Amino acid sequence: MSEQRFIVGVDVGGTFTDLFFLDEASGACDVVKVPSTRGNEAAGFRDGLGRKLDRLDTVATVVHGTTVGTNALLERKGAPCGLITTAGFRDVLEMRRRDRPETWGLKGSFVPPIPRDLRVEVAERTLADGTVLEPVDTEAVKAAARDLLAKGAQAVAIAFVNAYANPANEQAALAALREVWPNPHVTVASDLLPEIREFERTSTAALNGYLQPVVASYLERLDAGLREDGFAGDLLIVQSNGGVMTVDTAKERPVRTALSGPAAGVIASAHIAASAGYPNVITCDMGGTSFDVSLIAGGDIALAAQTAVDFGLVVRSPMIEITTIGAGGGSIAWVDDGGILQIGPESAGSIPGPVAYGQGNDRPTVTDANVVLGRINAERPIGGKLKRLDVEAARAAIEKHVGKPLGLDAVAAADAILRVANARMAGALRLVSIERGYDPRDFAALPFGGGGALHAGALIRDVGLKSALVPRYPGVTSALGCVIADMRYDFVHTINRQLGQLDAAALAARAAELTAQGRRLLARAEVMFTAEDVVIEADMSYVGQTHTLAVALEAADLDDAGTLRGAFERAYLKAYGRLLDGIAVRLLNLRLAVIGRRPKLDLKRLAPTGTGSIAAARTGSRPMFAAGAWADTPVYDRLALPVGAEIAGPAVLEQLDTTIIVEPGQTARVDDFGNVVLS
Amino acid sequence: MSIDPVTLAVLKGRLEQIADEMDATLFRSAFNPIIAEAHDASHGLYHATSGETLIQGKAGLPIFVGAMAFAVKAVIDKAARDGDLADGDVYIFNDPYDGGTHLSDFKLVRPYFRQGKLFCWLASVGHWHDVGGNVPGNYNPVATECFQEGMLIPPVKLYAAGQYRPDIVAILQSNSRLPGSLYGDLNGQVNALDLGIRRLDALLADYGDAVVAEGLAELRDRAARLMRARLADLPDGRWSAEDILDNDGISDRKLTIALDVEIAGETLTLDFSRSSAPCAGPLNISYATAVASCYVALKHLFPDVPANAGVLDPIRFVIPDTTLLNVKAPKPVGGYTETILRVIDVVFQVFSRIAPERAPAPAYGTINALSLAGHRKDGQRWVMFSFFGGGHGAHAGGDGLNHGNAPISTATIPPLEILEAAYPVMFRQWALRPDSGGAGKHRGGLGAVYEIELLEEEAQVFLFGERGTAAPPGVLGGGAAARNRFFYPDGEGMAEPALVSKLNGLKISRGQRLRLETPGGGGWGSPAERSEAAVARDRALGYVTKVQA
Repeated sequence: MSEQRFIVGVDVGGTFTDLFFLDEASGACDVVKVPSTRGNEAAGFRDGLGRKLDRLDTVATVVHGTTVGTNALLERKGAPCGLITTAGFRDVLEMRRRDRPETWGLKGSFVPPIPRDLRVEVAERTLADGTVLEPVDTEAVKAAARDLLAKGAQAVAIAFVNAYANPANEQAALAALREVWPNPHVTVASDLLPEIREFERTSTAALNGYLQPVVASYLERLDAGLREDGFAGDLLIVQSNGGVMTVDTAKERPVRTALSGPAAGVIASAHIAASAGYPNVITCDMGGTSFDVSLIAGGDIALAAQTAVDFGLVVRSPMIEITTIGAGGGSIAWVDDGGILQIGPESAGSIPGPVAYGQGNDRPTVTDANVVLGRINAERPIGGKLKRLDVEAARAAIEKHVGKPLGLDAVAAADAILRVANARMAGALRLVSIERGYDPRDFAALPFGGGGALHAGALIRDVGLKSALVPRYPGVTSALGCVIADMRYDFVHTINRQLGQLDAAALAARAAELTAQGRRLLARAEVMFTAEDVVIEADMSYVGQTHTLAVALEAADLDDAGTLRGAFERAYLKAYGRLLDGIAVRLLNLRLAVIGRRPKLDLKRLAPTGTGSIAAARTGSRPMFAAGAWADTPVYDRLALPVGAEIAGPAVLEQLDTTIIVEPGQTARVDDFGNVVLS
Repeated sequence: MSIDPVTLAVLKGRLEQIADEMDATLFRSAFNPIIAEAHDASHGLYHATSGETLIQGKAGLPIFVGAMAFAVKAVIDKAARDGDLADGDVYIFNDPYDGGTHLSDFKLVRPYFRQGKLFCWLASVGHWHDVGGNVPGNYNPVATECFQEGMLIPPVKLYAAGQYRPDIVAILQSNSRLPGSLYGDLNGQVNALDLGIRRLDALLADYGDAVVAEGLAELRDRAARLMRARLADLPDGRWSAEDILDNDGISDRKLTIALDVEIAGETLTLDFSRSSAPCAGPLNISYATAVASCYVALKHLFPDVPANAGVLDPIRFVIPDTTLLNVKAPKPVGGYTETILRVIDVVFQVFSRIAPERAPAPAYGTINALSLAGHRKDGQRWVMFSFFGGGHGAHAGGDGLNHGNAPISTATIPPLEILEAAYPVMFRQWALRPDSGGAGKHRGGLGAVYEIELLEEEAQVFLFGERGTAAPPGVLGGGAAARNRFFYPDGEGMAEPALVSKLNGLKISRGQRLRLETPGGGGWGSPAERSEAAVARDRALGYVTKVQA
C-alpha cells in the first residue's frame, strides 16, 4: 500500500470544479480547475482528481464542498418526502409564519416542499411544559407510513408539536415507523433540531427528508467511484457552518449542506486573513448574479441561526452568515421612469451573460461597464470559453440603455454604472460592519471568486476600510477552505426559563452531555485533530422580549444564574447601549458546538519563490478609465510579482482567474504569503 | 437640476439604508411581539417645514408610509405654536386624529439640526402592547369614544433640549396594563432615533449638507414624475366600486365604503364622498389614515413607486368629514385596520377593471385581533393578543397565496409553540381552511382555521374582526371567498357572536375552546376558464372539497 500523503479539497461550483492538492510529505501545493458536470457532479470531481494523480491510494483525505443539496432545493428537485405530524397541524409547513414573498404587489405564491397529500396527521399531543397529554397512536403511525409509501414517498419526516420540550412521542413514533419503513431516509425533527418554533423545526426536518435520497445517493456514488479509483482514505463534507462532517453524518443530515460551497470560501478567507495578520476582514464574493459578504471579527466567523434558501424554505441550523445583494457582474443596469440609475436585481447570469459575451443579451451589465472602461482585458476573458469580448457591443448597449436616458456619453455612463454598483456593494459591507457596531477602519476587504478584486479598491475607499487583501489564488479559495476546515458538530437545546427559575446544575449537566456526544462523533470520524474545542452560547433576552441575543459563555458560567445574568448584560450593553433595570432575564436556548481542529496549512507554501522582479512581471499596458480620466495603465502578471513588490496605481494585475485593479492613489504590495494588499 | 444622476442614485441608497437600519434596531430591541415579530412600526426622514415623507424604511408597516407625514406635521405645528423647538428635543404622542392610525401607535418625532438650523425630522412609530382603555390590547369593539380605547397623549417633549423627562414616562406607564413592555419599547424607539442621528451626521459629513438637501428635493420630484408616468399609461375615464363593513360594533347596520375614481391624463382623483357617515363604534378613521391607506393600495398596484411624498402630487383626494373616513376627536378609531383594509379592497376592485394585470382580487380583509386575558394562580395578569392570517386574492399571474399577512402589514404570526409556552392555552388546530378561496380562472388563496383551548380556570375573550357577513369578493367574474367565522362555547354547542366577528369580554373556562375560521382571498376571472389540471390538483390536495356550482 502506498503512503497516503495528499489532502485534496474539492469545490464543485456551477461552472467549475476546483481542486486544491496539498502534499503533506513535501509540503507542495497544486491547483486544478476543470469544468463542472452538472447532473453528474461526481464525474467532474473524478476527472479533476485524475488530472493530478494517477492513483488515489496516495490520498489520505478528500474534503468536499457541494452544491448538490443547494441546487436540489433551489430547483425543487428533491425526492418525494412524507410528513407525519400531530393531528390538527399538517398545514404548519404550508402556512409558514404567515408571511409573503414581496412586501408590495401581493402576487407571491408558495409551493411547499412536501405537498399536502403527503402530510399525514396522527393522534398525539405534548404540552409546552413537556407533559404528554396523549401518547402517540403507533398503529396510526404505521398506517401513515404505509400510506406514504403507497403514494411514492422515498423519505419521511416526523415532526410533532412541542416535541422540543419532550421527544418521547416522536421517539415512539420512530420506533413504530422503523418496523414498516424500508430505507434509512427517516428524519425526526426533535432529533435534528430540539428547538422551540414549530414551523422552523418542521421546515428544517422536511427539507432534510426532501434532500436525503438525493444527497445520499450522490455521496454513495461519489464514494464508490473514489474507492474504485483506489481511494482508501476519508471523505469529508463541508457543512453550512463551515465545519466538516463525515459522509455518514451528511447522509443523515443533508440539510446541513445547504450552504456548503460558499461556507468553504469563508473558512479559507479567515485562515488567509489571520495568517497575513488581519483578524478583522469582510469577505466579498462577486459572482454572476450576486455579491456575497461575510464578516470575520477577531478571527471569528459570524454565524447565523437560520436562513431561507428561497421563500418559505427555511433551514434552521447554524450556518456561516452570508449577506447577499443582487449586484453581480451580470446584473443589468437600467434607468427607471423617474430617471434613477438602477443596478439589478435582474441579471443576465452567465448565460447569456453580459453583452460583451455576444451570446444574445443586449442589455448592459456591470461587467460590460468594466469592459468598456478597460478594466477587464477584452482579449483574454476569464474562464477561457470565449476568444475575446465584444467591447463595441457593450459600449453601444450602455450608450442606448443608460447614456441616452441620463444625457451621458458611453464612457461617463459606464463610469456611472460602476459607481452605483460600487455604492450598492458598499451598502452590503456597511450592513455587516457599521450596522453591527463595528468600525470599518478596523477591517480589510477580502475579495475572492472571479470578480471581487475588480471592485475592491473602490469599495475600501467608499466604506472607509483600511485595505483589501487579495489572496494569491482567489478563484480556488473554496477548495483551499475544504483542505483546512475543522470538523464541527452543533447542538441546540431549548430551556425557556427565567434565570431565577433555572436549574443551573441541570443546565451544566446538559451541556456536559452534549459535549460528550460531540466528542464521540469526533472520535468516530477517525480524523486526526490538533485540538478539540467546545463553544457554548445561550440565546437570552429580557422577559417579554421576543428577539434573543446570542451570549458567549464558558462551561464554568453555566451553573450560576448570577454569572449568566452578568454575561447577558455585557452582551446587551454592547448591542444596544443601555440596560433595562428591574426586568428579569430569560434563557431560551442553549447552543453548543464541539470542534475538532484540523492541521492548518502553512500558507507560506503558496508564496512566490525565486527571483522575479517587477519589471519582468510587467506584460504591457492598456488604456483604462479611472478617477474620471483615461490613462495608459501598466499591466502586470500578478503571479510573477515577487514578495515585497510595490506598485502604485493606476495599475492592472492580471492572473488566470481574476483581475485586480489598483486605483489611482492606491498602492498594491505583495506580502510574504503572496497576497496582494491594496491600500 | 445640478446634482449629478450618479450622486443621486448613491445618496438614495445611503438614505434608505439609514431608515432601514432604524427599523432593524427597533425590531431587535422591542419588547412586545407586535413590533418585534409583526414589525408594526416604521421609521423615516421627513421634510423640515412640511413634514412630508422624504425617505422611509422598507421593513416597517406599509400603512405608516403615508401616515407619518401627518404625525410629523402635527409636531411641526405644535412647535410653531409654542415657539420653543430646540436641538435635542424628542416629541412623543399618540393622537390619531392629527397623527393617523390609532391610540396604540406611539410616535416619537425628533428634529435634526445642522449648525443651528433645522435640516429635517426623524420619526419612529411603534404599536405598543397596551395603552389603557377598557380592553387589554386596545381593540375595544364597543367603544363609542376614544377615551374607552386608551390614553390620548398630545405631542409633548420626552426630551427637552436633550434633557430626559422621566415624569412623562411615569404618566405613560401608570396608564398601561403592561408598563414594563411599554418602557422597553419606548427605549427601543429612542435608540432607533439616536442611531438615525449618528448615521445622518456621517452621511452629511461625506457629501455636504447642500448636496444632500438637493438630493432629497430631487428625489421628491422624481417620485412625482414616476407616478405621473404610471398614471399616463392608464386609460382616462371614471369608475366606481363599493364594499361593505359588517357593522360598527354597536348596532347591526352595514357600513359602505364607496369609491369614485377619475383618471384624466396624469392625474388621479379618489373620491370617497358616497361612503357612510361617521359611525358610533370604532370603525371610523381620520383623514391622515384614509390618505395613508390609499397610498398602500397604490403601492401594491405600482410597486416601483418610492416611499416619498412626491408620489401623492398627481393625486386628488376627496374625503369629506361627512364620512366615516374623516373624523375628529372623540370619535373612536381603534378599529382602523378593518376600515383601511376595506378602502384598499375598493381600490383593487376599481383597478381590476382599469388595469387587470396590476390589481389582485381583495385579500381576506380582516385583522382578527383576538385577545384572551386572565390571571394566573399566582395572581399575575396575562394577555395574549394576536392577529390572524388569511388568503390573498388571486391575480393575473396565478392563484392567491395561502395564509398570508394583511396588505397593510408585513407581520409574521408568532409560532404556536411560543404562544403555548407563554400563555395558558393549547391550540387544537392550526390549519388551512379548505373551500375558503374564491373560485376563478385563478383561485383565491386559502384562509385558516385556528382552534384554541383554555388551560387556566377562566379568561375573558375579545375579538375584533370583519368580513363576517360580506365575504371578500372576486374580480372580473371571479367568485367570493368564504366569510370570516368565529365560534365560542355556548351550553353544549358552539355559538357565533351577534355582531358576527366582534366579541367583547366573553368569559370562558378551562377546557373550553374558541374557533376562528378566516376568509380566503377573492377569485380572479371566470371559474369556467380554470384549467382542468388546476381543478384536479385543488381536489387532490384538498384545497377544494365541494363541487363547484
